[in-house]
Amino acid sequence: MIIDIYYVIPEIFISLSLMFLLLFGVFKKNSSSTVYSLSILILIISIPLILNVPSTAELLIFNESYKIDYLSNFIKILIVISTLFVLLTSSQYLKSIKIYNVEYPILILSSILGMMVMVSSNDLIVFYIGLELQSLALYVLASFNRDNVLSSESGLKYFVLSALSSGLLLYGCSLVYGFSSSTNFSQISLNYGVSTQGIIFGMVFILVGLAFKISAVPFHMWAPDVYQGSPTSVTLFFAILPKIAALTVFIRFLYTPFINLIDQWQTIIIFLSIASMLFGAVAAIGQKNLKRLIAYSSISHMGYALAGLTTGTNEGIQSSVSYISIYLVMNLAFFSCIFMLKREDKYYESIDDLSGLSKNHPLLSFSLLIVLFSLAGIPPLAGFFAKFYVFMAVIEQSMFFLAIVGLLATVVAAFYYLRIIKVIYFDNEVEKYDTNHSIGLKLSLIIATILILTYFIYPNSLIDFVSKIDLV
Amino acid sequence: MMNIPILSLLICVPTVGALFILFTKSTEKYNSHKYISVFISIINFILSIYLWYKFDNSNSSFQFVENREWIYGFINYKVGVDGISILFVVLTTFITPLCILSVNSTIKNRLKDFLVAILIMESLMIGVFCSLDLVIFYLFFEGGLIPMFLIIGIWGGTRRVYSAFKFFLYTLLGSVLMLVAIIYIYWISGTSDVEKLYEIGIDAKYQKILWLAFFSSFAVKTPMWPVHTWLPDAHVEAPTAGSVLLAAILLKMAGYGFIRFSIGLFPIGSDYFVSFVYVLSLIAIIYTSLVALMQEDMKKLIAYSSVAHMGFVTLGIFTMTQQGLEGSIFQMISHGIISATLFLCVGVIYERMQTREIKRYGGIVEVMPKYSIILMIFTLGALGLPGTTGFIGEFLILMGAFKDNFLVAVIASLGVILGAAYMLWLYKRVVFGELINEDLKNLVDLKKSEVIILTLLAIPSLYFGFYPEPLINTVEVSVSDLIDNYNANLEIYMANKK
Repeated sequence: MIIDIYYVIPEIFISLSLMFLLLFGVFKKNSSSTVYSLSILILIISIPLILNVPSTAELLIFNESYKIDYLSNFIKILIVISTLFVLLTSSQYLKSIKIYNVEYPILILSSILGMMVMVSSNDLIVFYIGLELQSLALYVLASFNRDNVLSSESGLKYFVLSALSSGLLLYGCSLVYGFSSSTNFSQISLNYGVSTQGIIFGMVFILVGLAFKISAVPFHMWAPDVYQGSPTSVTLFFAILPKIAALTVFIRFLYTPFINLIDQWQTIIIFLSIASMLFGAVAAIGQKNLKRLIAYSSISHMGYALAGLTTGTNEGIQSSVSYISIYLVMNLAFFSCIFMLKREDKYYESIDDLSGLSKNHPLLSFSLLIVLFSLAGIPPLAGFFAKFYVFMAVIEQSMFFLAIVGLLATVVAAFYYLRIIKVIYFDNEVEKYDTNHSIGLKLSLIIATILILTYFIYPNSLIDFVSKIDLV
Repeated sequence: MMNIPILSLLICVPTVGALFILFTKSTEKYNSHKYISVFISIINFILSIYLWYKFDNSNSSFQFVENREWIYGFINYKVGVDGISILFVVLTTFITPLCILSVNSTIKNRLKDFLVAILIMESLMIGVFCSLDLVIFYLFFEGGLIPMFLIIGIWGGTRRVYSAFKFFLYTLLGSVLMLVAIIYIYWISGTSDVEKLYEIGIDAKYQKILWLAFFSSFAVKTPMWPVHTWLPDAHVEAPTAGSVLLAAILLKMAGYGFIRFSIGLFPIGSDYFVSFVYVLSLIAIIYTSLVALMQEDMKKLIAYSSVAHMGFVTLGIFTMTQQGLEGSIFQMISHGIISATLFLCVGVIYERMQTREIKRYGGIVEVMPKYSIILMIFTLGALGLPGTTGFIGEFLILMGAFKDNFLVAVIASLGVILGAAYMLWLYKRVVFGELINEDLKNLVDLKKSEVIILTLLAIPSLYFGFYPEPLINTVEVSVSDLIDNYNANLEIYMANKK
């Protein structure tokens, strides 16, 4: 037991420092910026702590309810680093719209603590605790700008719909438990034997609940409203982190307890994938708000990430994980650009506000250009490779229908990305925006853009890590 | 000398130059950037001439090959040239500096960005012609969409947004299927290396469907009838330099792709679809020639004539004869030079008159004699008069076509007559006749810089028209080797079938 604790030091560290920050925030007045900087520090410290956890072999701890392996460590690192960048980019924004409170970084930390538990879970109950921990923090975050009607509305919407999906998920879990008499992932697949009907029933409910969390069609309805209503910094968080965690849990579920039911879940995932890719691409065309548009775009991106999971092979999982990693960088860069659209503490988020941006802000528009073409999947930018890996895996399994529909959806999706580029580059300019951005924001935009732009020079940089994921 | 990675250098130099321009500020009214980029592209041209000089004509294998691991155990960065691709590389490096030189007052705003876009475009185009790996090829092929989209969209005419979108989405849609095919080839053959694929071949039962997937991409890019409609729009709206690049080099990527991939990789598929390509090519030749006759916009007329000329190219490629293939390559080079010049010529008078409508002109020979002479040379070149490169290309293609199919050749010959009709009629309406329009009387004849650019383009066009040996020698061995390989593959397939 004591030895087991050694492996969860990162989680323990984050939860302890979380409590410390909470007390610190309560007893010391006007400490919000200290808490903010401290939480950045905590994230930085937790990176070596995670790296310190051995990940060469699969480790089951706490009575086999918690799993440490390469995938979980990789995703945890991804989660921590992207949270770090989310905090770096959004500090100025939070100050401007006056929600720079003590609770904000604390909620973010508790949310990622939940995610870290989620991705390592090997037991239905542990998984559910992690999921709820991250969701509860997210409900509050969504409505964090409580004087704003849209923000409160989005928090409430997210809460109600998410609670519904959690209910479905829990129902599915109980069915699975009932039919396999175990909550342990590894045990479930051993226990259900020949009669699989009940398990399939439960599995469908679980998949629906998870599909809701990554906003795959047809469980996407909450995404556009929540994305638009939440403060932009929270939208950025929404667009990246819960998706990474939920996708990993997808991998966990599909490839551990339900691995023998691949024929059953494959069809479901293919449907989710195709529907998300097409719907996301088509529905984004008419959008005028950048945040709403990115909501639809993320729906379609989740479709591609799911496409990798349909294959049932290691390559498929790896391609999904690399897709989500590249997607994260692109979203980070895109939101950094949105954060830069402000004039005297007023932030702009409609596509028309980008009009003629290239004349006044050539470098900012150049980064947006790179990011948008990359999101559209045009070579030689990183977004192309993300899609390329996924379709490599998909075509290896001869799933041509999925591949062709997916690639045609990229053409449709290219249209709305091009439309933004058109507004930036071809239209007449509006007033200048402020240029006094925080260093963190500039830094993350520069890093993300350079990563996207130069990824093709050394693509092994990501593959080296991802190719060690070995689950099947 | 083999140690210098000369092809990578060719690909990288323009990009490095573009980066340099991007991060420096130009003094004295933007001109220094223009000269830097001309200088960079001329260095590239000299490099490519050196490459051509060092190139061994008698050898059909790929030369100057560089092979580096790119994605471990998966895709290699592999470039190399053979007799076919080297000519396109030289064409690209030859056209680009002239293209940059021709940029003048028409591009007023954001000259710097324009130069960056053109230089990056050059890198990508050279990359397309050099790459010996399907994935690398796709990367360059598609990457070219980004700068071209911006060139049309930012510096284009009034309907530029529509044209830029049409160009982008059409080409992307075509290429997407090619990507599926490339990945599938990787899985059935275990490699995406073109040279290895030439050796081991691709399983006959997949060839037809793979051929179609590649065709969908190349047909849009060529462009072939009925997917040619993006081209007139793109040409008309693009700025002069953009049209030149588009006509001279971008269209050739597809013709090159047909030779290198469709024929080289899928001989059985190609053989199966020969008549299909013939029909489309003939429709392109006859139909678009007729459409060209009726155009009122000069650029549009030349754009349609490009479609017709590319129809000849695809026809020649799929005759699968030595003459036909050589003719096609020759025609592509020739069309690259001639159509580029014609667009530049239109650019010259458009800049002065701000209109491309043919009706507004007439009798400009009286005010612009030098211009009229140069336009005459290229009009004759475009209609294929003996003594210009245009003649040799068309002649060889028709020879190849007669060898293969008499009827096809006869119909294609009609295209030559129609070509003469629309080109000469255009020339007559613009240059001859009475000078009625008052505005035309103030036209200034060619400036020195324009004379230099146009003459530089006229020299190869006439020189290779009289003396095609250097070009033919370069491609000969590679082409005959390609045809041998093609026939050998077909024979094996037929034998197996029996």
